Amino acid sequence: MLEKALKGSKAYWLWVFALLGIIAVGFGFYLKQLDFGLGITGMSRDVTWGFYIAQFTFLVGVAASAVMLVIPYYLHNYKAFGRITILGEFLAISSVIMCILFIVVDLGQPMRLLNVLLYPSPNSMLFWDMIVLSGYLFLNLVIGWNVLDAERNSVPPAQWLKPLIYLSVPWAISIHTVTAYLYCGLPGRGFWLTAILAPRFLASAFAAGPAFLVLLCFIVRKVTKFDPGKEQIQTLAKVVVYGAIANIFFFACEVFVALYSQIPEHMDHLQYLFFGLHGHGILVPFMWTAMVLMVGGIILLVIPAARQNEAVLGVACVFTFIGIWIDKGLGMVSGGFVPNPLHEVNEYFPTFPEVMITIGVYATGFLVLTILYKVFVGVKEEVAV
Amino acid sequence: MEKNRRSFLKFAGVSVLGLGSLSLLDGLASEDAIASSGQASADATYKKTANALTAKRWGMVIDTRKLNGRICRKIEKVCHQTHNVPHHEEKKHEIKWIWETHYKHVFPEKQDEFLVDRLKELPIPVLCNHCENPPCVQVCPTQATFQRADGIVLMDFHRCIGCRFCMAACPYGSRSFNFRDPRADNAIKNENKEFPTRMKGVVEKCNFCAERLAVGKQPACVEVSKGALVFGDLSDPNSGVRKLLKENYAIRRKQNLGTNPSVYYLV
Repeated sequence: MLEKALKGSKAYWLWVFALLGIIAVGFGFYLKQLDFGLGITGMSRDVTWGFYIAQFTFLVGVAASAVMLVIPYYLHNYKAFGRITILGEFLAISSVIMCILFIVVDLGQPMRLLNVLLYPSPNSMLFWDMIVLSGYLFLNLVIGWNVLDAERNSVPPAQWLKPLIYLSVPWAISIHTVTAYLYCGLPGRGFWLTAILAPRFLASAFAAGPAFLVLLCFIVRKVTKFDPGKEQIQTLAKVVVYGAIANIFFFACEVFVALYSQIPEHMDHLQYLFFGLHGHGILVPFMWTAMVLMVGGIILLVIPAARQNEAVLGVACVFTFIGIWIDKGLGMVSGGFVPNPLHEVNEYFPTFPEVMITIGVYATGFLVLTILYKVFVGVKEEVAV
Repeated sequence: MEKNRRSFLKFAGVSVLGLGSLSLLDGLASEDAIASSGQASADATYKKTANALTAKRWGMVIDTRKLNGRICRKIEKVCHQTHNVPHHEEKKHEIKWIWETHYKHVFPEKQDEFLVDRLKELPIPVLCNHCENPPCVQVCPTQATFQRADGIVLMDFHRCIGCRFCMAACPYGSRSFNFRDPRADNAIKNENKEFPTRMKGVVEKCNFCAERLAVGKQPACVEVSKGALVFGDLSDPNSGVRKLLKENYAIRRKQNLGTNPSVYYLV
């Protein structure tokens, strides 16, 4: 089926080469990072994880959100999603690939990566993260590819796929749970030390992922002959708003516990993010922007008339996606590191090379996504003829 | 009892992840592997001579009453000199094994408006606590950081992949990362050939002078501390550290976290 990605319009190839160009630039900066060390990023002795790990965390969520299509379609027999479930699974594949790349670019000694396999350490949540992420990548590749292949041959998907599809449901939950466990099991990091971190990660994922998928559906409809369908997009929009509301609710629970108990170790980080601490507050405008975008997105999505207007829906999905991206991709990680364990405030902000490497990784993910979606649309067009 | 509770927690933790019994056994097996491989690589790193200092559990007592700025600076200097700790101008890239700070940063949870005057501006050294229950060892995905049988938490600089999970896990900010090449730009002055230099991209921290203990020497910081730092076997009731702890009220950093630090402060 991959040959479908080799035939495309001028615009398709322009897009592919543009992505390749961005990847090349990002890779150039990565070579610079390999040469100098991670010192070219904004990370420091106090904020030891930054943009890369935050993007990784955010994208694990986007990957996990494919389950929001798999559950209605395969478990509740919601036929409409049959049209777009593979789009969700292919989005998951490209997201997991980006996750893995973000881990690699974050390592100080990437050529020693295989030490994780050589000295397996079940105590480490990173070990489990590797297992669940690679397993999820494998599941989605096998399921997505085989279901699409069956569709191409106009036969029902093979029976042996069923158990894998059912397995992919808890597996999707597991990837984001384990990712949250990276953070929430650490003593002395009050911001993350909350049992609601994994549920909140999942809630924000089930808002950001489907919101992105809605936008992708709009693009697919515009640039190809395949229409993901009005009903499908509307149902996705409802998934987004449930996820977004749950996310805000969980966040409110966190804020209440921290502010009402007034325990400094839990409260200081929130204060740093939203009001600044000891005169440092580089993230304050970002966090408030995120809040406005997330709440604004919910308001637009929760009103039926607004949601059903696709132009408004598009805006609401952009709001939701960017709002959650700022919250998780910028605030969540550095917020946990500031103030540091000695209660000193040393701030973090990504540097230019760091951002360029990040964009390079995103371009790689988009390239994979483009190829997979091209194959998908190619098959759909072939079947339609 | 304590041991049982901990192994139960580990057992429960692994079970919760919903594994088959096989992986469960694997998981527990590699628990043991950590202890033994830690032992093995420690022995491999430092050849013990006949006069090596040994203990069941090494610990340190820092007597703040004997401290002053001059001693603190000496301590930091001798440690960083002994261990080829590079000096980088940029604060973001800073590497420190032992350094001085103030009471409110050493014990942020014990901040007090009416703190005794003597402690307010007193420089106090902080270093790796060599916790009995070290979170850094628990989170390391390659066992590059490990705990020796004598309680010392060490780093294998050749195995570390530089993921910095240990730095997120350490509740004391005791670990540093080589954000740039420590061997470049003359960052190490008067290199000590007895101790390895590191490479960029790996984590490092205080090692309780394991390389000196192996040849019968006290930690370098203790030697220059004029009695303010005392090092010894916490499990030996007749050791110098135990005697100090018997006669003086001591506190440890963030005791409430259950990491059980091996560094005590007399205030």
